[in-house]
Amino acid sequence: MSYPALLVDVSIFVLSLWVGFEVISKVPATLHTPLMSAANSIHGIVLAGAMLIAVTAHDAVGYVIAFLAAAFAAMNVVGGYVVTGRMLKMFRRRPAVQAGTNPEAVTAARKVSAPGSGTAAANGSSRSGQTA
Amino acid sequence: MSTFDWVIQLVYVVAASCFVLGLHLMNTPATARRGNQVSTGGMVAAIAATLAIVIHGGLITGTGWIVMIAGVLVGGAAGLYSARTVQMTAMPQLVSVFNAVGGGAAALVGIHDYMRAGSSVSATTSVTTLLDVIIGGVTFSGSIIAAGKLQGLITSAPVTFRGARVVNGLLAVIAVGFGAYLIAAPSAGLLTIVIVASLIFGVSMVMPIGGADMPVVISLLNAFTGTAVAMAGFVIGNWAMIIAGALVGASGGILTKLMADAMNRSIRNIIVGGFGTGDAAAAVAGPGGSVQSIAADDAAIQLAYASKVIIVPGYGLAAAQAQHEVAALAEVLESRGVDVSYAIHPVAGRMPGHMNVLLAEANVPYPLLKEMDEINPEFSRADVALVVGANDVTNPAARRAGTAISGMPILDVDHAKSIIVVKRSMGHGYAGIDNELYVDPKTSMYFADAKKALADMTSAVKTLVG
Repeated sequence: MSYPALLVDVSIFVLSLWVGFEVISKVPATLHTPLMSAANSIHGIVLAGAMLIAVTAHDAVGYVIAFLAAAFAAMNVVGGYVVTGRMLKMFRRRPAVQAGTNPEAVTAARKVSAPGSGTAAANGSSRSGQTA
Repeated sequence: MSTFDWVIQLVYVVAASCFVLGLHLMNTPATARRGNQVSTGGMVAAIAATLAIVIHGGLITGTGWIVMIAGVLVGGAAGLYSARTVQMTAMPQLVSVFNAVGGGAAALVGIHDYMRAGSSVSATTSVTTLLDVIIGGVTFSGSIIAAGKLQGLITSAPVTFRGARVVNGLLAVIAVGFGAYLIAAPSAGLLTIVIVASLIFGVSMVMPIGGADMPVVISLLNAFTGTAVAMAGFVIGNWAMIIAGALVGASGGILTKLMADAMNRSIRNIIVGGFGTGDAAAAVAGPGGSVQSIAADDAAIQLAYASKVIIVPGYGLAAAQAQHEVAALAEVLESRGVDVSYAIHPVAGRMPGHMNVLLAEANVPYPLLKEMDEINPEFSRADVALVVGANDVTNPAARRAGTAISGMPILDVDHAKSIIVVKRSMGHGYAGIDNELYVDPKTSMYFADAKKALADMTSAVKTLVG
């Protein structure tokens, strides 16, 4: 019966690869570092494997391996998610507003101060039209 | 199949869906944070389900519990601490370390399963176990070497010796050969040889790769880790691990291809070739043609009276830690009404997308960060292109045949009305060739450290406009 089980596993693996290619090819270059870090946290699922081998460990060598695997995998999964979140928090549509500064007023001022630049004004207004 | 197994498998399917959805939400910066949260939710569910399996099975020993919990606490604390404290410039090292531990854990799962099953292991399980151990082992040692090179603990110059390729080939043959033999005749002793050969192969694979090729290497090792985790999933029959590993393998594969294309290198060339020089590669040589230099005041006049400025940050900017200075200059210019945007080449920085993170950290809004294809048509409308620490990716020679960088995608900086290049010296980039941009009559060179140069320009602009 192991062959059919393996076939199911292989099918899941191959289809997941295609899903991965499809989803990830749409991620913009701006987010490639957080993407890699997010992928990193996802392979932290190896923690599930590390936990399962602790069940079957019954001698010193087994315990050492289980400990190392659990430690490695936990570091991977915890660190991966935390650092990805930390990075993504920095991506802002607009600069963080300083106290007493109205972003709309800044945009308006920029439009006035740049009469020769149509692009600047257009960019400014389109940006202010979006929500942060 | 019991009700319990049904529930567990369904939770795994939900978790896998969360991973896919999480990656999907990363297609815009606005939804990316939610994506990470969805993915985290999936992970928590998968780990909870696994914990339920462990408890439900009732076979784990007391020592097993202690070992497992202690491992999770120690590793989790290390991961949390490093994730909270890491500098954004050191991000590639951290990703490498996470690749190493992920690959290492996957290999350990395979090793444990192999030793436990002994000679009763089936041939199919042997194949996946050996793939797991070999790929995981190579990833573990290779990623540690990559992290060491990025951190500067190991020279980032290519380290190679005569006959290195023969040794590499031999190691691969040992790992795969013994592996094949093990499928027919399981043996713990021989498995050790496979493990050792894989670990040495990882070291000897990454040592000859230079600092400039790091974006490709990290991406490739990321793909390896994903594959190793998927193989570990095959070994212990865990679907969540198979799906997650495949997703990461796909992600790493795509990024590897993108990076290699952006550097005009084939993946084979990088792995086998082992060229690509270190960071300090600054063979000083003057290009044929006259170079004009510029002072801070004149640069400030050009920038302050421009209507459109495109900033081209390169690795030099990150190395000088000048991302905050460049953001400050841009802010002063923007307050004057200058339209400022950033042109980001795919390989600016040490890993895919690295420059974007560095600028995001310096509070630059992401809509200003433009990808190569998006910004290139805009250079002809720019009054000033300010190049900071970027070299080969701005060299117009790439458009001609017969140069070291021919065919490499570049930023069309030379289409701007005038160009200011901030650079420490006339040294070469990684490709080791003269940059024709520097002798363009429209180009002025500002010879200084990026951090100091940008600070000087900012204060000059401020003085100039009051």
